[in-house]
Amino acid sequence: MSANVGLRGVTKRFGAFEAVSDVSLEVTAGEFLTLLGPSGCGKTTLLRLISGFEQPTSGTVWLGDTEVTHLPPYRRPVNQVFQSYALFPHLTVAGNIRFGLRMQGVGDTEARRRVAEAIELVSLAGLEGRHPHQLSGGQRQRVALARALVCRPQVLLLDEPLSALDAKLRLQMQLELKRLQRQLGLTFVFVTHDQEEALTMSDRIAIVNRGRIEQLGTPHEVYHRPATPFAASFVGETNLLTGEITGGDGDLLRVRLEGGLEISLRADRWPAGERRALVLIRPEKVHVNPRPAALPGAFEARIEEEIFKGATDHLVLATRAGTRLRAVVANESAHGDILHAGDTVHASLHADDIVVLPA
Amino acid sequence: MVERGLRAWTLAVLAFLYLPIAVLVVYSFNASRLNVSWQGFTFDWYRQLAMNSPLRQAAWNSLVVALATTALSVVIGTGGAWLLHRHRFPAARLIQTLVALPMVMPEILLGISLLVLFATAGVQLGFTTVIIGHVTFSFPFVLVAVQARLRGMDPALEEAALDLGATPWRAFRLVILPYLRPAIAAGGLMAFTLSWDELIVTFFTADAASATLPLRIFGLAKVGLNPMINALSALFVLATVAFVLFSARLRRDAAANPLSP
Repeated sequence: MSANVGLRGVTKRFGAFEAVSDVSLEVTAGEFLTLLGPSGCGKTTLLRLISGFEQPTSGTVWLGDTEVTHLPPYRRPVNQVFQSYALFPHLTVAGNIRFGLRMQGVGDTEARRRVAEAIELVSLAGLEGRHPHQLSGGQRQRVALARALVCRPQVLLLDEPLSALDAKLRLQMQLELKRLQRQLGLTFVFVTHDQEEALTMSDRIAIVNRGRIEQLGTPHEVYHRPATPFAASFVGETNLLTGEITGGDGDLLRVRLEGGLEISLRADRWPAGERRALVLIRPEKVHVNPRPAALPGAFEARIEEEIFKGATDHLVLATRAGTRLRAVVANESAHGDILHAGDTVHASLHADDIVVLPA
Repeated sequence: MVERGLRAWTLAVLAFLYLPIAVLVVYSFNASRLNVSWQGFTFDWYRQLAMNSPLRQAAWNSLVVALATTALSVVIGTGGAWLLHRHRFPAARLIQTLVALPMVMPEILLGISLLVLFATAGVQLGFTTVIIGHVTFSFPFVLVAVQARLRGMDPALEEAALDLGATPWRAFRLVILPYLRPAIAAGGLMAFTLSWDELIVTFFTADAASATLPLRIFGLAKVGLNPMINALSALFVLATVAFVLFSARLRRDAAANPLSP
């Protein structure tokens, strides 16, 4: 597959502030790529470099085989869905959607057909004559989407388009966006600070922090094999502990975590030549048993805190030695064993689930 | 007790404001040449007025000046507001203050300074000088109204237009301008009203051929009160009230119109 969007060695400074630092990124045609990061991390600037509202201080921007680094936004075959939707208040739904076609000089019959098609696509039939202020948040969102899609952009850029919607509608729109993207085979570049949104929709996620891409990978890779402590803590929850080698046994290493808990993990994961490293354990990978389990590496722990969240129980465990671990367990049955703060439980870890990063 | 006092006070103030105008309108239908006593109903003064060609000419002059002032004020005010909003440049605050100053500057000062300017530059007084004078104090009202609306505008609106393929000029014409329309209309009507009943600046900048209606009325009143002036003033009040109501209504529509989608 060919690259559709390319950022090559792009740096963007605003005065003394470096919003984007030497970023290179290739977005494949037909891909749903998410730029995920906290506010102020540079993800929106990256999007604006692609749309043309910003020009890089250095580096180049490519659309397919064409360099567009210094092309103004109105000459780029990309369209954007804005966070505020930015619908034109004086135009109707149909007028808004038709705007881009008018600018392109598309003929009347053709324009009419494509507008109708777009309205069909985002299920807005019957609302063509309404003005934006007569629409609900979700409907405005759809108009903004249709207005961009009707231009058949080479890439569709979406700047936190779901952040103004309520939780239920947001989930519904996530699935709908994904469906649309698949159905149209379009390239989407989506900006968000919401890790769940990113995991739900993306083919690949780029984790952006302080103007750099910390990790680029599929949702699975990003979640299960975080490349940096930031990536690990930004996507999902994680136990982040320093560990030190105390011994070895073939493929497995013995490692003492801060607080004193000793665990086994795979030797090939450990950074070569280091004695100390960062050990990452996802809370749901900490297996908790009320009764002693005959599992290798099982240890006793006391429940310090228990937070009931419906489908899951969130626990803070303290081992006898003093290591603290967060654990998440599924609430399998209301009749089964109920965990309480103060209980002693038996926990275990699987060596494969543990990620190690250089300290 | 307090409430009754307040009501009486309110009525007194309203009477003070509107009684003279009411008397003027009533006496424009008085058959007597003197303003002091009522001698029966007549349309004579209005008939005389219609046949008085210098006054008709003056009314026409007023309309021409007011329309030209409005058009120029709208263009300069809107353009200026957009430039101040869109571009950051040094001394923007100073420029802002300087632009707004003619709104509060004493008209006599403005009139004299313009007269001195035109005399020094050797410009003949006439329609051009009157219109320049009127635009000087009228366009800031458009500018301020448009600025207020721009402040509430979503900056993404312009970007959305550019993103959809509009050049900056088309984005301004097709998206920004329609968005600003209520403010432009309200500011423009304000400019029209101000120009329509302006006297002092006109006094300094007009010649005989370009004298406006207020200037003529002023001239006639100096010679002696005449019921014809009552009739003329009554019509003038009517026109002004109509403009003010119309512009107030536009402002209300502008306020009701959502600022962002």
